[in-house]
Amino acid sequence: MKFIKYLGIILIIFLCNIKNSFSLIEVDITRGNLNPLPIAVSPLSQNKKSKDIFEKKLNIIDIGSEISGVIENNLKQSGLFNPLNKDAFLQKPDIAHLKPRFEDWSLIKAQALITGNVAIESDKLKVEFRLWDVLAGREMLALAFTTVPNNWRRVGHIITDKVYERLTGEKGYFDTRIIYVSEEGPKTQRIKKLAIMDQDGFNTKYLTLGNELVLTPRFNPTNQMVTYLSYFKNLPRVYLLDIETGIQEVVGDFPGMTFAPRFSPDGKKIIMSFAKDGNSDIYTMDLENRIVERITNHPSIDTSPSYSPDSKFITFNSDRSGYQQIYVMNSDGSNVKRISFGKGLYGTPVWSPRGDLIAFTKLHKGKFYIGVMRTDGKGERLLTENFYQEAPSWAPNGRVLIFYRETKTNDKGEGFSAKLWSIDLTGYNERMVSTEMDASDPSWSSLLSN
Amino acid sequence: MNLSNILKNTFLVILVSLVVSACASKKTTTTSSLESQIQGDVYTGTDTVEYLAKGVPDRVFFATNESILTTKSRDTLRKQAAWLRENSNVNVVIEGHADERGTREYNLALGERRANAAKDYLMTYGVSADRISVISYGKERPVDSGSNPLSWSKNRRSVTVKAN
Repeated sequence: MKFIKYLGIILIIFLCNIKNSFSLIEVDITRGNLNPLPIAVSPLSQNKKSKDIFEKKLNIIDIGSEISGVIENNLKQSGLFNPLNKDAFLQKPDIAHLKPRFEDWSLIKAQALITGNVAIESDKLKVEFRLWDVLAGREMLALAFTTVPNNWRRVGHIITDKVYERLTGEKGYFDTRIIYVSEEGPKTQRIKKLAIMDQDGFNTKYLTLGNELVLTPRFNPTNQMVTYLSYFKNLPRVYLLDIETGIQEVVGDFPGMTFAPRFSPDGKKIIMSFAKDGNSDIYTMDLENRIVERITNHPSIDTSPSYSPDSKFITFNSDRSGYQQIYVMNSDGSNVKRISFGKGLYGTPVWSPRGDLIAFTKLHKGKFYIGVMRTDGKGERLLTENFYQEAPSWAPNGRVLIFYRETKTNDKGEGFSAKLWSIDLTGYNERMVSTEMDASDPSWSSLLSN
Repeated sequence: MNLSNILKNTFLVILVSLVVSACASKKTTTTSSLESQIQGDVYTGTDTVEYLAKGVPDRVFFATNESILTTKSRDTLRKQAAWLRENSNVNVVIEGHADERGTREYNLALGERRANAAKDYLMTYGVSADRISVISYGKERPVDSGSNPLSWSKNRRSVTVKAN
């Protein structure tokens, strides 16, 4: 609820009820991008008056086209949709929005159609849109909402989420942000800054100046807080940062390095490692009463903890067997069980928001893999192989993973780069996520609205 | 590492040594210089080494995923300890590092473990704990930007740095 207030976006009308009959089109998300659904995204129409105001206010000549461009790009990046070329569209946007001539749209092989209108009403941006089933010749979804004009890109993301949800039956992940570490400079002296951007790479903001090393930022799943590791004053400690206010503080009062932080699913605790005398164990700190609890107590390295979405379990990696492997335990630290038994080393386990899978990094015979396994360690599936990649983070709907990849340098030690990549859970649709600078350690936010 | 893996590795080693001895006459100079710089996965060269004082190297090197001190490392650390005992006004920070072939968080822990292995050894040789602090940089501060076994071996290190 707090979110909705902060975002200033209010869903106001259900223009019509979705008819509770099954539709002809649906997108099978379990098959990745083998057969992306052909979809036409008609530019949002607008009247002359609104057009002039938008142009004056936002310095954007055709905001209707810009918003539909955001939607199109989102749909394309998902790998599940194939947005059709606008040059082939026969019907004008305003007329199509009132009543599409379905023959025209099926002629260009569109199976679904998005139409809409955008207007200025008492200084607010008001947008309405409809999703049409072209083959069945009927409306599938119609929504309208208002927001501040500056939020226009988010309007595109929210529409994409609604369309994705209607067509796949699962929540979208487009109205989200990524927090990550922006990198520059030579490999031996990298400068690292915390950065945040929209899921599609726009609206990048830098949250630290690069004066000290920062690593592994992670979102609180319930609000706009972030936890990360900072080497401020050469004391590597876990910090808490409010990205709205910029206020930050050290988490706990530990006499040594704390690292590998993550929030609990309710956002009320931070789980992390504390290193002392050459041994790293897992601790939690309650953010309300500041009580610190020790979860593991073992002379091996225990780190990279991640809660299950119901908070009952914790997965982490440990070298207690002699090599880095993945374990699951109860959230009080009892009943520790090793779950990774394949060949190679396993690290950075992250529990899926759906609860059924754990994503991980695997090192085997000099190659790094991002993979998933069930929470009992069975059903291992490797999604991608490369020279170096690690640190998967789940999209809030548990369908897509984002991670970072580093290149091999040449004989002279040149050519290093670090980039963010995303991949569908099916192993299809592997894509580089564009960032202004080099990037690593991505963490996906929850959905900002709904 | 189970038995079949050990057997497989042993077999591989025998096979490799057979192949190597078979082409011993063709062995290139780069291979031999690599062998003289890495022993059992630990860097033994002097390329990146700096000195706390004359004859007192500042760093020791580790095998992959290990924090065990080699004979040579212990020798270096005894020299550091002797020098620190003579220069009791000097405090040190031991920086622990890992190579790039491991996950970031595990490497932070590994760097801390390596720095503490060096610290413990200095303490055994009479340097008091309050003169030594440790910091792990994990894989964040390599000295060599190469992506090859020799570069990685130089980066798996703990470095004793004067703190004052």
